[in-house]
Amino acid sequence: MAVEGTWEIITGNQAAAIAAKLARVKVVPAYPITPQTTIVEYIASFIESGHMDAEYIRVESEHSAMAAAIGASAAGVRAFTATASQGLLLMSEVLHWAAGSRLPIGMAVVNRAVGPPWNIHVDHQDAMSQRDTGWLQVYISSNQEVLDTILMMYKVAEHPDVLLPFMVCLDGFVLSHTYMPVNIPRQEDVDEFLPEYSPPHWKLDPENPITFGNLALPEEYQEMRWSMDLSMRRALDLIEDVAEEFFQKFGRYHGGVTWKYKVEDADYVVVTAGTMASEAEVAVDELREEGMRVGLLKVRAFRPFPHRDVAEVLQDRKGVIIIDRSIAFSSGGPIGIEVRSSLYNISGSPPVVNYVTGLGGRDVTYEDIVEMTKDGIGRITSDRLRRPYYWYKLKPEYEKIELSEEVRL
Amino acid sequence: MGLGIPIIIPVSKPSKGAAGKTGLWRVEKPVVDEDKCIKCWLCWLYCPEDVITEGPNGFPQIDYTFCKGCGVCADVCPTKAIQMIKEEE
Ligand code: SF4
Ligand code: SF4
Repeated sequence: MAVEGTWEIITGNQAAAIAAKLARVKVVPAYPITPQTTIVEYIASFIESGHMDAEYIRVESEHSAMAAAIGASAAGVRAFTATASQGLLLMSEVLHWAAGSRLPIGMAVVNRAVGPPWNIHVDHQDAMSQRDTGWLQVYISSNQEVLDTILMMYKVAEHPDVLLPFMVCLDGFVLSHTYMPVNIPRQEDVDEFLPEYSPPHWKLDPENPITFGNLALPEEYQEMRWSMDLSMRRALDLIEDVAEEFFQKFGRYHGGVTWKYKVEDADYVVVTAGTMASEAEVAVDELREEGMRVGLLKVRAFRPFPHRDVAEVLQDRKGVIIIDRSIAFSSGGPIGIEVRSSLYNISGSPPVVNYVTGLGGRDVTYEDIVEMTKDGIGRITSDRLRRPYYWYKLKPEYEKIELSEEVRL
Repeated sequence: MGLGIPIIIPVSKPSKGAAGKTGLWRVEKPVVDEDKCIKCWLCWLYCPEDVITEGPNGFPQIDYTFCKGCGVCADVCPTKAIQMIKEEE
């Protein structure tokens, strides 16, 4: 379990590019979009300088990027691309094709607000609005976790029980353009951990022609969707197993489908994802110093959603505070919605306060998380839980409107 | 290996007429003029329904049960050997 490899101070985008190289991906169709651009630039330079043996395809849009990745993966090789925001939305139709064709394509999504209005900063709505495409989605809190998770997720996605594509989602600029020390594992260790991809069921082969994405009428279609759903649920345990295997080999553990921090004796648990979860660790320490028993449950896997683990950790607590960096208009934060669905039919389901904040890159510091947690605890203990969700840090003049009795939910 | 989770994949062997007797939809049918045909087989290559084969006299032969009358073959034929003719009714 010795930590080998070299240490470098790199950005989240560099970490993603290096992970693609270490995973020995063979085809990278690329279309640049801020804040993803440097990922595909680093990969281009790796290939040009002979450090990476892959085909680089300069496509005319993100729609084509994903279409080319599908072609490559269908031909039986590991494919990778990266995108953000409108680029991901432009891919949406083809995201369904990738998942429905059961192709384990890897993609880094650098989370960015959706326009209009134009905004290049972090917000999870781009990826979370693609949650039902059949892609696995993992949300990341550090640059080391970006690199390690891309390697782990290829292993999960290519497992014969899964065969679904995956997104590793990293917060725009907060991770993509921020430098952190990252351990870069040795190629031979990665090769041992992640052998070459070999499609277990089918691939495009002129010797044995097949068509894919064909017509499936009502007698066929439903079971295909069931099979995708089953595979996604199966991925819950595989993500845990592969994280454990990665830990045994490389000595690093970022959590499986969730990451728990000081939850054992916690009365209240904060639930969040991405870089807000790193801030929340600091907030938990602060709150504990003030004598409040608070813990953190970080949601790493948003698809598959870890309902059972969430319920196990949260049941019988005095309350749950969920912080979302995305808005599902008129329903709250996407994580808030999922967590409620995990808790609804269990005994001992605790009260839930969901905050929506940090949109379009608005800063969310550990102090904000301390404040939201205290506000949430106050609402729970004084029975002021009137709404399924609350906006946090609206400008005061708007907050007045938001909290007025006329605003119905 | 897997736990035996059924992975149901939408792939199939190419075959004609997977969606029924598509020839019934046709309003125009392609007819090959063997005097003009140079046997380049572009029509065979492009036919989306895979209904063009080599006939007994070595020229393209079209299976009208499944030919949907799209006209792609007529369009790609370099010598204009294929004409689209209106169906009688
Ligand atoms: S009309 Fe279309 S379907 Fe019929 S033979 Fe020509 S290309 Fe094939
Ligand atoms: S494309 Fe025209 S010339 Fe070529 S084989 Fe077909 S009918 Fe003949």
